[in-house]
Amino acid sequence: MARITVTVDGVTYSDDVEPRLLLVHYLRERLGKTGTPIGCDTSNCGACTVQMDGASVKSCSVLAVQADGADITTIQGLAQDGEWHPLQRAFHEQHALQCGYCTPGMIMAAVDLLRTNPHPTEQEIREGLEGNLCRCTGYENIVRAVKSAAETGVTS
Amino acid sequence: MTAETAAPAAEFGRSRLRKEDARLITGQTNWTDNITLPGLVHMAFVRSPFAHARITSVDVSAARAMPGVIAAFSGVDFPEQGSLPCAWPVTPDIVMPPHPPMATEEVRYVGEAVAVVVARDRYAAADAVEAVQVEYEPLPPVLDMRTALDESSPKVHPQGNKCFEWVFGNGDIDAAFRDAPVVLERNYRQQRLIPSAMEPRAVVAAWVADEVTLWSATQIPHVLRFALAAFFAIPEQNIRVIAPDVGGGFGSKLQVTAEEVLAVLVAKRVGRPVKWTESRSEGNLTVHHGRDQWQRIRVAADHDGRLRGLSVDLLANMGAYLMLVTPGVPLLGAFMFNSIYKMDAYSFRCTGIFTTEVPTDAYRGAGRPEATFGIERTMDELASELGMDPMELRRRNWIKHEEFPFTTIAGLTYDSGNYEAATARAVELFGYHDLRAEQERRRASGDPVQLGIGISTFTEMCGLAPSRVLGSLSYGAGGWESASVRMLPTGKVEVVTGSSAHGQGHETAWSQIVAEKLGVPFEDIRVLHGDTQVSPKGMDTYGSRSLTVGGVALNGACDKVIAKAKVIASGMLEAPPEEIEFAHGVFSARGGSGKTSTIQEIALATFAAHNLPDGVEPSLDSEATYDPDNFSFPHGTHLCATEVDTETGEVSIRSYVAVDDVGRAVNPLIVEGQVHGGLAQGIAQALFEEAVYDDDGNLLTTTLADYLIPSAADLPSYITDRTETPATTNPLGVKGVGEAGTIASTPAVVNAILDAVRHLGVRDIPMPCTPERVWRAVQAARESGGAR
Repeated sequence: MARITVTVDGVTYSDDVEPRLLLVHYLRERLGKTGTPIGCDTSNCGACTVQMDGASVKSCSVLAVQADGADITTIQGLAQDGEWHPLQRAFHEQHALQCGYCTPGMIMAAVDLLRTNPHPTEQEIREGLEGNLCRCTGYENIVRAVKSAAETGVTS
Repeated sequence: MTAETAAPAAEFGRSRLRKEDARLITGQTNWTDNITLPGLVHMAFVRSPFAHARITSVDVSAARAMPGVIAAFSGVDFPEQGSLPCAWPVTPDIVMPPHPPMATEEVRYVGEAVAVVVARDRYAAADAVEAVQVEYEPLPPVLDMRTALDESSPKVHPQGNKCFEWVFGNGDIDAAFRDAPVVLERNYRQQRLIPSAMEPRAVVAAWVADEVTLWSATQIPHVLRFALAAFFAIPEQNIRVIAPDVGGGFGSKLQVTAEEVLAVLVAKRVGRPVKWTESRSEGNLTVHHGRDQWQRIRVAADHDGRLRGLSVDLLANMGAYLMLVTPGVPLLGAFMFNSIYKMDAYSFRCTGIFTTEVPTDAYRGAGRPEATFGIERTMDELASELGMDPMELRRRNWIKHEEFPFTTIAGLTYDSGNYEAATARAVELFGYHDLRAEQERRRASGDPVQLGIGISTFTEMCGLAPSRVLGSLSYGAGGWESASVRMLPTGKVEVVTGSSAHGQGHETAWSQIVAEKLGVPFEDIRVLHGDTQVSPKGMDTYGSRSLTVGGVALNGACDKVIAKAKVIASGMLEAPPEEIEFAHGVFSARGGSGKTSTIQEIALATFAAHNLPDGVEPSLDSEATYDPDNFSFPHGTHLCATEVDTETGEVSIRSYVAVDDVGRAVNPLIVEGQVHGGLAQGIAQALFEEAVYDDDGNLLTTTLADYLIPSAADLPSYITDRTETPATTNPLGVKGVGEAGTIASTPAVVNAILDAVRHLGVRDIPMPCTPERVWRAVQAARESGGAR
């Protein structure tokens, strides 16, 4: 067991964890942060994407012990004071989700995309999100949502 | 109340943003894997590493002794496990081998469960799986349908490898082919696909005394409850099945799975609630696969392109066992190969074959994509043979708008359609004639990157299904759907639907139907689904049936509410019921006192029940069950332009136009989203996806690194539009849209690729049309002398 201290969505936790415990399992099963789902076991799908110290990571590819001392934001910590993040709003307004399983990861990846490139072209959006798979939308409206959030000026 | 209520904006046809989104975009979703219960333990399965083998021993003792392990079982520990059901025995002499949830004697595909361990957490369960010792005696695999029926082939089951042969036809097929000026034969491969819903399967089972609750990431909670009762001897009244938020299905969760049954049995045995959640690689090995056919298609035509006859001979891979609707899937295509075209005769034969591979079953479109691919590819080949524009060939043969309703050679009556209008719109949006001119120029200049245009003028049968038709096809259940409407005392509305949504947007669309019918605000309606205790009756969601069957049931339930409310209104408005009118949520007496009453006021008055007319039941709540008379027939014209690099084999989609006619659209935003997603899956079959087995029967595509679901970077932007020819067979005029994009797009893309390189002598490229396959086809054509 290893002792870790992690801040998740603004709350700091200290826990003893098995060294092999994945961050995503720590979030889901120890902290009850089930807003972050798991879609694969090879880090291809991106459903489990969260922000770690301001950059997006696939939380299935990070050990909980590697997150020791980190500041994590999940989809559940993205809205501020009850106000949806502009990307959450844009996904809703552009019908960029159907079953919604990829959505938390897709939004968290898009947050990072717009942080590093606030005004991406359509091609840059498509390439920026290629580590996140969606089976429902054909990506058309996801691209539209990210574009529209960029146009309204997202900073995060 | 005055009568001067402004008519609210029509809800039908309004692009409402979805009610479902709020929980989905904020992470408040209730996926099955999120569920925790006191004492919950985790299951993990030991699975066969052999495609075919005799099990000689299973020893779970070491696993059982590990810390944190509660129990470990092999198949023989569950004599009550029975056999997983197949609901569709398509012929009287079909071979239906037993299919135990856990194998006891023989395994017949890699991934088949042979033992299960139960532990305190998923990590301990995974460790314990490694400690189970299973001895096998390998047997030869059966992997090629084309040789599986040879005398010398190893047998998957003692009864042999032939599951069934199903034949169907109409008209004099021999006469159609005899002396036909043009006869063409083509052989196409429908590769094996993995449906790949983003949410892996997950199950939680919990017993309290003799009652069991099963949470499952399923499309079919109602069918699952029935199956548990009918095939596993659990009293139906003691079973509750809940499909919480479900992360996509595409047919893959239209199943009664080994893991669901075993979760119920194991939970009872260990006396604690159990959970099982598959990993993606476990899922690729065990979730039923889709498609997997060899198609031999012969067409006879006159010189002017008029179709005389079509003959279809299929080999359909069942995999190792028959699951819920495995044998029926290819037969859903039997009525669709003739598509939108008129012809004198049609014959269809399908042979179902067992192999030592994962069982196949429904995947988005189920039978209809296969048929549409077969006919649309063949139409392009025939056009090439005749030297005719492929659009012109289609035009000469399709059912004309004024000919509806039209009974096809396959015996279905298409109620409505307008192929001319959808095609005209698609041609215009696509710039068909300009692209043809550019194609000519690039051919003439010998451009290494050639342009191709692919056409798919498709139709499909949706709204599964008239129960009588299902009965005539030997299906084990009906095709009706149920809905009920509860008027709450404060004027709000609860809607219960038997159609179990998993991404389609029922909560939004159903609210729109009720808002339109009852005149209550959209926001005042709550839609309940996916729990057999809340919604006891239903046939669930698949086959683009939700709106065309479930939505129509809801329409009927609303009509009953209005009829009941009219009686109560007549008392309140002091006018006979036949003089009561209802519009936009307000009851009024025709030409009478000018008094009015809103449906909300009636709901409150009904709740109080102080002054109801004599003999009137104090309830507005209503239920309706709708069994359709006919299928619905969405159609459309899809056009794809591809650029094919003849030096590298790389294909890129330059433009894609989809004009669909799905009848009336309740919510155009949702309709468009369904088309987008369908296109992506159909394009993926054409270009990217294939489940591959090696010569020993090992699945090579067990991960998303090997099985290539396209990302945003792999797909184009789509141009979509609609024409609207209402269905005449249901009061809403709706046709269904869930599968249209998938059905139409695969042949559009492959036709476009062939159209780019046909002049080089290429006649076919097997799917997925990877750069390597395209390059090899071009090379082979060049080496054999190029264009004919």
